[in-house]
Amino acid sequence: MKSTEEAKISAALILKDGEVFVAKGFGAQKIITGEIVFNTGMTGYQEVLTDPSYVGQIITFSFPHIGNVGINDQDNQDKKINASGLIVRNLPTNASNWRAAQDLNVWLEKNNVTGIACIDTRWLVKKIRKTHGGLYGLIAYDENGLDIQALKKKAAEIEIMEGQDLAAQVTANKNQELGNNPSLKVAVIDYGIKQGIIDNLVNVGCQIKVFPANVPVSEIKKFAPDGIFLSNGPGDPEATGKYSVPFIKEALKEGWPIFGICLGHQMLALALGAKTIKMKIGHRGENHPIKDLKTSKVYISSQNHGFCVDADSLPDDVQITHVSLFDGTIEGLKSNKYPAFSVQYHPEASPGPHDCRIHFLEFVELMKNAKKK
Amino acid sequence: MPKRNDFKNILIIGAGPIVIGQACEFDYSGAQACKALKQEGYRVILINSNPATIMTDPNMADATYVEPITVEAIEQIIKKENIDALLPTMGGQTALNVAMDLAKAGILEKYKVKMIGARPEVIEKAEDRQMFRDAMDKIGLESPKSAVCRSLADAEQALITVGLPAIIRPSFTLGGLGGGVAHNTEEFTKIVLSGLASSPISEVLVEESVIGWKEMEMEVVRDAKDNCIIVCSIENLDPMGIHTGDSITVAPALTLTDPEYQKMRDAAIAVLREIGVDTGGSNVQFAINPDDGRMVVIEMNPRVSRSSALASKATGFPIAAVAAKLAVGYTLDEIMNDITGSTPASFEPSIDYVVVKIPRFTFEKFPDAEPILGTSMKSIGEAMAIGRSFQEAFQKALRSMEIGFSGLNEPKLEGLEEEKKDKVLYELAYSRPNRVIYVAEAFRLGIDLEEIYRRTKIDRWFLRQIAQIVEKEKLIRKNGIPEKKEELFEYKMAGFSDARLAELSGNSERKIRTLRTKLDIHPVFKRIDTCAAELNANTAYMYSTYEYAPAQNEAEISDRKKVIIFGGGPNRIGQGIEFDYCCCHAAFALKESNVEAIMVNCNPETVSTDYDTSDRLYFEPLTAEDTLEIIRMEAQKGKLLGVIVQLGGQTPLKLSQVLEEENIPILGTSPDSIDLAEDRERFKDFLNRIGALQPESGIAHDREKALKIANQLGYPVLLRPSYVLGGRAMKIVFDDYSLNQYIDEVVKVTGQNPILVDKFLSGADEVDVDVLCDGNDVYIAGVMQQIEEAGIHSGDSSCSLPPFSLPKRIVEKMKNQAKQIAIGLKVRGLMNVQFAVHQGEVYIIEVNPRASRTVPFVAKATGVEVAKIATKIMLGENLKQFNLPNNDNLNYIAVKKVVFPFSRFPGSDTVLGPEMKSTGEVMGIDKDFGLAFAKAQIGTGFELPLDGEVFVTVKNEDKPDILPICRQLFNLGFSICATSGTAKFLQEHGLTKVRRINRVSEGRPNCVDELISGKIKLVLITSDNKSREQTDGYLIRQNALLRNIPHYTTVSSMRAFVSAIESLTQEELKVKPLQEYYQMRKKA
Repeated sequence: MKSTEEAKISAALILKDGEVFVAKGFGAQKIITGEIVFNTGMTGYQEVLTDPSYVGQIITFSFPHIGNVGINDQDNQDKKINASGLIVRNLPTNASNWRAAQDLNVWLEKNNVTGIACIDTRWLVKKIRKTHGGLYGLIAYDENGLDIQALKKKAAEIEIMEGQDLAAQVTANKNQELGNNPSLKVAVIDYGIKQGIIDNLVNVGCQIKVFPANVPVSEIKKFAPDGIFLSNGPGDPEATGKYSVPFIKEALKEGWPIFGICLGHQMLALALGAKTIKMKIGHRGENHPIKDLKTSKVYISSQNHGFCVDADSLPDDVQITHVSLFDGTIEGLKSNKYPAFSVQYHPEASPGPHDCRIHFLEFVELMKNAKKK
Repeated sequence: MPKRNDFKNILIIGAGPIVIGQACEFDYSGAQACKALKQEGYRVILINSNPATIMTDPNMADATYVEPITVEAIEQIIKKENIDALLPTMGGQTALNVAMDLAKAGILEKYKVKMIGARPEVIEKAEDRQMFRDAMDKIGLESPKSAVCRSLADAEQALITVGLPAIIRPSFTLGGLGGGVAHNTEEFTKIVLSGLASSPISEVLVEESVIGWKEMEMEVVRDAKDNCIIVCSIENLDPMGIHTGDSITVAPALTLTDPEYQKMRDAAIAVLREIGVDTGGSNVQFAINPDDGRMVVIEMNPRVSRSSALASKATGFPIAAVAAKLAVGYTLDEIMNDITGSTPASFEPSIDYVVVKIPRFTFEKFPDAEPILGTSMKSIGEAMAIGRSFQEAFQKALRSMEIGFSGLNEPKLEGLEEEKKDKVLYELAYSRPNRVIYVAEAFRLGIDLEEIYRRTKIDRWFLRQIAQIVEKEKLIRKNGIPEKKEELFEYKMAGFSDARLAELSGNSERKIRTLRTKLDIHPVFKRIDTCAAELNANTAYMYSTYEYAPAQNEAEISDRKKVIIFGGGPNRIGQGIEFDYCCCHAAFALKESNVEAIMVNCNPETVSTDYDTSDRLYFEPLTAEDTLEIIRMEAQKGKLLGVIVQLGGQTPLKLSQVLEEENIPILGTSPDSIDLAEDRERFKDFLNRIGALQPESGIAHDREKALKIANQLGYPVLLRPSYVLGGRAMKIVFDDYSLNQYIDEVVKVTGQNPILVDKFLSGADEVDVDVLCDGNDVYIAGVMQQIEEAGIHSGDSSCSLPPFSLPKRIVEKMKNQAKQIAIGLKVRGLMNVQFAVHQGEVYIIEVNPRASRTVPFVAKATGVEVAKIATKIMLGENLKQFNLPNNDNLNYIAVKKVVFPFSRFPGSDTVLGPEMKSTGEVMGIDKDFGLAFAKAQIGTGFELPLDGEVFVTVKNEDKPDILPICRQLFNLGFSICATSGTAKFLQEHGLTKVRRINRVSEGRPNCVDELISGKIKLVLITSDNKSREQTDGYLIRQNALLRNIPHYTTVSSMRAFVSAIESLTQEELKVKPLQEYYQMRKKA
């Protein structure tokens, strides 16, 4: 670089409040606005980036080296990258892993996703954690240089997305029918389901069909399921609940066994009469301890949620089964009236520890027991 | 679960002396365990023979036994203290092994002692190769193909299925001792035999080689409710085939996808469950085929380990403290994560930085041993560094090593480009210490990455990182140091030290520092918080990083009065746990004085780098650059009273000059006084002034002068290079020939590098005197008489406190001289003086106005916390305030003995000299010298024979001295055999029963044959230093070493040994806690 020439800025993070972090870009050259979230996992960036729960979000990875193992053909959680961008400490390196099919930055570029690097991501994580209501901003990457003033203006105008039904954006893009077990048919309600969940359901012997989030009960009846699965997904549970809660209420009355994960857990809770609230500090990592209140055993879980079920709002016939050992918030629920249970964390992992996979088997048991009756 | 109350008195077994594979990480774990269990209200009883540990500080446990770690001693303790629970998982392999012996001997059952943490059957299942393999088969985890063999024939049979190269692992040995990798049948036979010999149950595992596979470790913690967490994953940069203790390791694992990581996580937890580790920490090792991901389980340690110490330091999760609480019944969710202070320990630490550990080797001390790394650990110490990128952490770790690296320095290679390439390619293929230096050189020479990978099997990810560092170096060499802030910043972010930048650009380090300051380029400090900033954490455990702006500095310095303690860095021979002990005590003293204690160190094995030893901990290299940045930060608020550089050995002391230049107040004795003691001329004048004697000496700038001085002084003379510290390359020579040889082979004498020639006082007694001084008053903390005569490095010599055979007059004279010196040097704190007593005259050998290696021994022997008091003196207190007891009338005696790593370095001679070779020490304490010596001797791992045949072979001048010793041996019921000369002498002097045996040259069977056939229980051997032909002596010592036969190489130690045997025949050894000895003192 010549010292006389004013160094142009080709990439930056600009927060809504006008704070500028000069960066270096990789992947697609464009401007992305949105909520900035974080993930503290040390492995699994490919799964995180493809997870539909992150749709529209810019993900800050707290682990400083992202991209080491490249991108492979097996670990995607969806057909596309759902996160809209990523922020990392160090520029991604070339891949080194026997399964790697391509480098991270090549994959991002092909999929039109932007990344920026060379930022104090640890500080950013703290900022996100401390910003009530979410941190908003934009990331921009253009090798020809950025107009910082214009971008600042743009950042200031970012609308805070509360009460958004993001599930509608990502639902049923899989449209899958998998497995062959007519005695264990599961109707999967897709609010933005991860491939890992589908794989786990199939692995425990379910035959599944994926339905869009706004599917009517009549449609489900035609499938004649043995159980309903409510998937994970993005956005404000109240917003998605507008059409989903009536559906679930009907499903409960039908007596179908129901299992929900993450957003699905929140949907079930709403349908059972509870309320959801935005958390002061969301859960964003692969290392969260949860306690099974029945056995007092502790499991390490993968988590990604900014809302939770309000414990004060629980009706009497709904029982807390799991709690977070970090902040005591509800991590699992069970209805005493209906064959329905749900967990706030991700038993399918992908990425994260496999400690809680047992819930898929519990779901199978629930369906089998319901059949006996 | 609430804590268990079915027991009350818990015995913790320590790890004994520092040896290779078992260093101060077990002081760290033991100290944590003591603290944790005491907090819980248990009565904690501790046994550890190593006095240089923090865990043996008398306030750590309710009763502290500095006794040999043997079944007999522990049985006595169990009886005496009414022990009802035994925690064997904190003291490494030593503790596990002795716990197993106690169980097998039925002692635990007899006294109804519960083993907590790990039950005997669990230990056995984890450690027995075949049982472990069967267990892995049962849970469907793959192991390398292997077979357990109890003979060479078995092993040869096994080789047919396993194939070459094959790995031989002896069962139940420490750090893979006796094992290795065989590439051909000849090597195979050799290693199998040595493995069978090393294994206490004569068993080896012959195993499929997974050399070159990726090596990974998982640190798992499990509680009584079967809750399991992974504290940390560790990736070995050096692949399988090099012991993990000798490998560069990185945390967390960097080259695994999530499914691969989780598969390993599941496997690690499954291993703990199947083996049955009820509670506590374990380490599980895996090998992963880099081409297809096939994962095999290698082994597990059902206890805290070196890796768990590393994992604790890397994440902030205190594995040992948690494991101790789990052992008494708590579950993980009931224990608080100290670092966050608000969340439970039942979670998995997430980190947002990279940790790199590099081992430090000491092959130069064992020139006869080949510097090749394999499955048996050889490194003596390690340095760890933390950064926000691999390159930063790696380069910080390199400069933390203190072996002259400022980064990826170029190896010294001579010859043409092609010759250099050949040499580098050769080095890449053989795993020697510091191979990464050759990896970097390979890139410099344009060798292809794939070629480097093929030879080293270091993952391409790491190779590319090294290549990038080399690329940046090229730019600096070409363009010089950039003047633009952003560009220079880029280099700093990649971990380049000022020193390295200076070398690469042809500047001085100072100039780089000035430029950096001008451009306002400084690191920020980030915290280790176990959770990657997801939770609030207030613990001040920090590392520096050059962070992208805008960057947050998390140092959050206080406005208190504060002192910074600079630690000792990586362990090495001559500078280890003893100095860490002193630094910890300085921190304790500062806390007591309500001064903020700030610790800086880079050694992950230590107690000093435990986040709760000091108020604030910086895990940083101990270089001028890194320490100045910390001072710069800390000085911004509050009052920095000064820094302490005198307690951590040479490492911090070397910083004095630059600290003075920067006007940083140094507490305690002035650096000028320290310099005076080290400057030959100034020191000579000083001693003359106070009328103390020194052995005559001279300085030679060339060979002729050296010969002239030697002949003037008269042989023998002690030779040493003027620029080396710590006994390196010191040698005693007896004639012109050996002097010439020294100059030819050991040290090149030049105008700039003269050698020192000292008159060597043959047969002198050496004495160490440690004192405390506040500038006005002097306190004699300890007088230690060395048991080996002069000429053997004081760090290697056994010693006795108080002296066991010196006239009072001499002792008083030394005390007085020490006082005069301390006052004369205006010492504020600690000082150590080495004296030689020769023909009734007292000579000064050396004065160190700083903490010396003997400090913890003195403290343990006398019960006076000398290091703490020294620190308080540095803060301005007077000696008088402490009301210290007089050490003249101890009614007991403490003997220090040391252990050597010879068995780790096949081929190295065990004869002692002026160069220090020992790795650790033990203390024996009892009412008389013989018993104390016996305890110390047993503490080093030798059994003391009470009968049998003693083999004696001594040089002529020792013969008169050996005669009374031999007479006593006969009286004690031993028989004696000797080589011709010695036998003749003894027979002529009345010992007619001495059996004459052949020297090696005299035909067979010879003395070595007799050693091998196991007839000889003890060897007394001194060698004629004048003779250059030492074949016999060398062979005898080697064979005694291999067979663990005690052998003494000095007359004085033989004498001490005989008095020990004498005491032992009169009464059995009894145990007594330090607290009782100190109590006795108070009464006396």
